Amino acid sequence: MGVEPEEWRAPARQLLTLRRLEVAAPALLVVAVLVIAGALSGSGVAYVFAGAAVVVAALLWRFVDRRYGSWGYAEREDDLLVRRGVMFARLSVVPYGRMQFIDVTAGPLERAFGLATVRLHTAAAATDARIPGLEREEAARLRDRLAELGEAQAAGL
Amino acid sequence: MSAGPPEGWQRLHPLSPVVRGGRATIAIAFLLAPIAFGRDTFSNATPQLVIITVLALGGFVSWLVTRWRIEDDDLRIETGLLRRQSLRFPLAQVQAIDVVRPGLARMFRVAELRLRLAGASGSTARLAYVAEHEVEPLRDELLALARGARLGEELPADEEAAPASEEEILTAVATGPLVAAIILESGWLIAILAGLVVGFVVSPGTVSGVLGGSGFVWLLSMATFLWRRFNQQYRLTVAERADGLHLRGGLVALTAEVIRPGRVQAVRLVEPVLWRPLGWCRLEVDIAGRQKKKGEGEAQRGQLRTLLPVGKRAVAIELVDRLVPDRPRELSPPPRRVFWKSPFRYRALGWGRTETYVVTTSGRLRRATCWVPFEKVQSLRHVQGPVQRRLRLASVHVDTAGRAVHATLRDRDASEASGALAELTNLARAARRRPALT
Repeated sequence: MGVEPEEWRAPARQLLTLRRLEVAAPALLVVAVLVIAGALSGSGVAYVFAGAAVVVAALLWRFVDRRYGSWGYAEREDDLLVRRGVMFARLSVVPYGRMQFIDVTAGPLERAFGLATVRLHTAAAATDARIPGLEREEAARLRDRLAELGEAQAAGL
Repeated sequence: MSAGPPEGWQRLHPLSPVVRGGRATIAIAFLLAPIAFGRDTFSNATPQLVIITVLALGGFVSWLVTRWRIEDDDLRIETGLLRRQSLRFPLAQVQAIDVVRPGLARMFRVAELRLRLAGASGSTARLAYVAEHEVEPLRDELLALARGARLGEELPADEEAAPASEEEILTAVATGPLVAAIILESGWLIAILAGLVVGFVVSPGTVSGVLGGSGFVWLLSMATFLWRRFNQQYRLTVAERADGLHLRGGLVALTAEVIRPGRVQAVRLVEPVLWRPLGWCRLEVDIAGRQKKKGEGEAQRGQLRTLLPVGKRAVAIELVDRLVPDRPRELSPPPRRVFWKSPFRYRALGWGRTETYVVTTSGRLRRATCWVPFEKVQSLRHVQGPVQRRLRLASVHVDTAGRAVHATLRDRDASEASGALAELTNLARAARRRPALT
């Protein structure tokens, strides 16, 4: 890549744990229900479905791992790079001078894991620069730093 | 401008509620007609009269509580009786100023002044309505203030001395080609209409059955769509003045727009498939801001301004040369293998750049060429989908504050795309650091 930085920073490991949990918890529930149903009815069909659920969950687990690995961000001198996506690999370049405002959000699950999402907005609606799963201190640091740099380099429309 | 009430506060034109009522006003006129012609007595028409009185009172009160004035570099509007609203619009952020005169407003000799600002929501300041003879001086004053506010000082003497009314007419659209162009571009629509007519001749029963239902409403909305476009683009004239690009046009509803210099986010040249044999094209410019407010018609809300609704390619290119002074001349074609991914687009794809502009072309049937100045680039995105990965291709998107024009370097060789991303990033940075033009 022409703009590849020396090192990418990745979201916190807890994000991976959270994403894995989001796959595992419903999968376990479904499998448990199916196994109980199978035991009660005595037919093998429920076990077949339970097996399918396990396979789907395993695939999703792998996908979630890969997607976690694809996230990255790098603060360069004049712009922030954000990369993401497995199927559609995206790399956004957002100049600090073009940032209009910065959002930090944390849903209930994210909060339980001490995480937050930082989102950058420019005047263009198409800009999608979002970094999920940052540890709260890191999110606050990034927000302050971006705001500071944005102010220093602000350019008009 | 007339001297307003103390402290410089001004009211809108007293006829504003009547004009603003629009269709309601016409409906009221119909309600009153029987009384006027003596077919009905006042006692019989009491309910109507009560409704009319309430409406009239509401309109009068809303006029009474609305006032505006220019404060230093801001336009302030105060409105509302119960929920008092005080709006402040910084003139330095004005992207364009429109003067809109719908049919009813023209009858009463008033006009609406609309200031487009760059903000996200509620970013349109509307003065509806102002007397016709006051509106142009007011607009020029606001424009001058916007320019002054932007420079942060008084206007230089030489600039003030230049007569603002001196203008150069760049293009004017003829009515014949406009009608032909609208019909050609919405060819499918014409086909449906023709089909209905033929169907009516062959078997009237079926067709009237279709029309009786939702088909009629649908047809009506189609007709409105076509009419709006014609109404808006009728005799559209583009002129260049010191204070920006002036656009004028319209049949029933007249619009006059001023786009301030340096506020164009992107320029787009569109060639619909049926226009191409005739060598016609359309030229549009995109400005910042998102307007999707209620009460604004489809035709007025778009921030995509059509400069040339239809015209010969040569004329359009001449205009492009004015808007994009340093136009990239050479386009690099995509790699051959793109044919397998986008067979219809393949021949249209290309991109080029100079130190100040990037140009991209794309489109399956409707070809579009977009020019974006580097100083307006908001962010850049490099995207690679699964099919592109197999073919070692990638796209680079150029995001601007305009909404309608999306410049994309589509389906380039992967190494070329990453090179282009780095190159465009650097050029955009250089452009941001240059002092703004104008």
